[in-house]
Amino acid sequence: MSTATFEFPRTNYFTRNLTIFLREARYEFIRLLRTRSFSFSVAGFPVAFYLFFGIIMNRGQQIGAISVAKYVLASYTVFGMVGAALFGVGVGLAADLAAGWLDLKRASPMPPLAYVLAKCCSAVFFGILIVSLLALIGITLGHVSVTFVECARMFALTVVGVIPFVCMGLALALLVPFGSAPGITNMIYLPMSFCGGLWVPLMFLPHFMQTIAVLMPTYHLGQLMLGAFGYASRGTTLSHWCGLLGFTLLMLGIAAVALRRLEQNS
Amino acid sequence: MSAVLELPDAFAANVPCPSVEAVATLNLVTKRFPSGVIALDDVSLTLRRGEVVALLGPNGAGKSTAVKLLMGLSSPTSGTVNIFGADPRNCSARLRTGVMLQVGRAPEMLRVHEHIELFRGYYPSPMAYADIIQVAGLDGIESRLFGQLSGGQKQRVLFALALAGDPDLIFLDEPTVGLDIKSRRSMWAQIELLAARGKTVLLTTHYLEEADSLAQRIVVIDKGRIVCEGTPAEVKSLGSSVPGAMNSRSVKIIRCVTAIPAHILLSIPGVTSATINGQFTTILASQAESTLRELLALDPSLHSIDVQSPKLEDAFLALTGDHE
Repeated sequence: MSTATFEFPRTNYFTRNLTIFLREARYEFIRLLRTRSFSFSVAGFPVAFYLFFGIIMNRGQQIGAISVAKYVLASYTVFGMVGAALFGVGVGLAADLAAGWLDLKRASPMPPLAYVLAKCCSAVFFGILIVSLLALIGITLGHVSVTFVECARMFALTVVGVIPFVCMGLALALLVPFGSAPGITNMIYLPMSFCGGLWVPLMFLPHFMQTIAVLMPTYHLGQLMLGAFGYASRGTTLSHWCGLLGFTLLMLGIAAVALRRLEQNS
Repeated sequence: MSAVLELPDAFAANVPCPSVEAVATLNLVTKRFPSGVIALDDVSLTLRRGEVVALLGPNGAGKSTAVKLLMGLSSPTSGTVNIFGADPRNCSARLRTGVMLQVGRAPEMLRVHEHIELFRGYYPSPMAYADIIQVAGLDGIESRLFGQLSGGQKQRVLFALALAGDPDLIFLDEPTVGLDIKSRRSMWAQIELLAARGKTVLLTTHYLEEADSLAQRIVVIDKGRIVCEGTPAEVKSLGSSVPGAMNSRSVKIIRCVTAIPAHILLSIPGVTSATINGQFTTILASQAESTLRELLALDPSLHSIDVQSPKLEDAFLALTGDHE
């Protein structure tokens, strides 16, 4: 009896924070969806690239047992979700910071974690949206055959794989002034995707680029996605997860340092 | 009948006495930035329940730093900051506060009612949605995207967000910037209602008229220190009297055209200063009525008399060091 009355306030606190987080996440997603410049480009680029490189250019080609359209589907889903994370979270946070909106949120009783998690969730939703779009195009136009298990693996990887890049977005937003944020993000995003083998499969890149690919988180996520389709070419699954984990921790560390520096100067 | 007659006096003298509970305090706070700039130097400030306090000061004086410390957005280098007995950096202390900041860009792709719902959800017992709309004057624009609103409408939405949680302590940073006269008066009326309900309001503004009409207490900050604190009348008097002769009786400025020379003017009891600019003589008098009687008796040809209370602007400029 006494434990029931003791627990009541704690549950109340938890449910209230959960409700706040859900509402935050919902509005963050709606807001990004309504921002046509964001939603069209973040979804449009992977779709356009996939249509050109995966469907039109390599019509029905196979390299050995590998369907080019299916292979490229894996690469471009990763490309798309990384973009959603970097631009949705990274540039979004930089904008809120520069405008003073983040100050208003911080001065309110909103738990800061709700804000960060909400941004992370909306990046995940966009990732799933992009992956679904590409899979649909691949299946209908590229005659790609995806089993249910492969599909499930693809979506599961999307949910988890966005996280390292959300952390990278956070770090970028805290380090880089808002005006240059989109430009700098692109300057990192595009080369990182290319060097990770997301545009041109790694096997066709020069040897030295294949060696430095190990440093790219896009490479690791790309290989994991290919592994979901049974196409993994290099490294073990564990090594890829370790690579992503290491990258996430590095980004979180940078973000923490940048945050401390910002707070000291405010 | 007598109750109605007494009410205006009661309101005019309604400066909360020290026995009224303190709602927020800055206690010997110093804020030094890593760049070496000292934004606040040993500042102590108390906000009491039910009062409207205006924080005035030139740019760079330390106003925003003081307010940010009270909001929990910043930490003091030394000293303590307290709201409702807790550190404002704790989320739970802010459950009773509402904030209105000069925000450059709020999320433009959310509708007005979505913004309000979001902020209402942060508080355990928020104000009723319909009340917020009515108080902030947002009827008819609830479904518009924030980005589609005019500047004044955006200000009113930000005001609504500050009130969303029915807070007991409200920070308003330049609340009426960009508002037309009607909206500004309406917001002033709402702020007065808040104070009447026992809420505490801290207002920073560059519109001295706003501070004059809304605030029960004005605090003037310059270069990180509190220069002056008191009711609007006290601040105006302090600003226009001769430095060193601080008195809190209300000073009047008398302007006229007269042949009386300065040394005789200064010998009149109650005159604190007299300057002659060409034709016009300007006299500062702490006892305006007796001074006027003297002047009129001394010089029958005196004309173009103008008697004014010192303007808050002049007091402010004098206090913050911008002398003519």
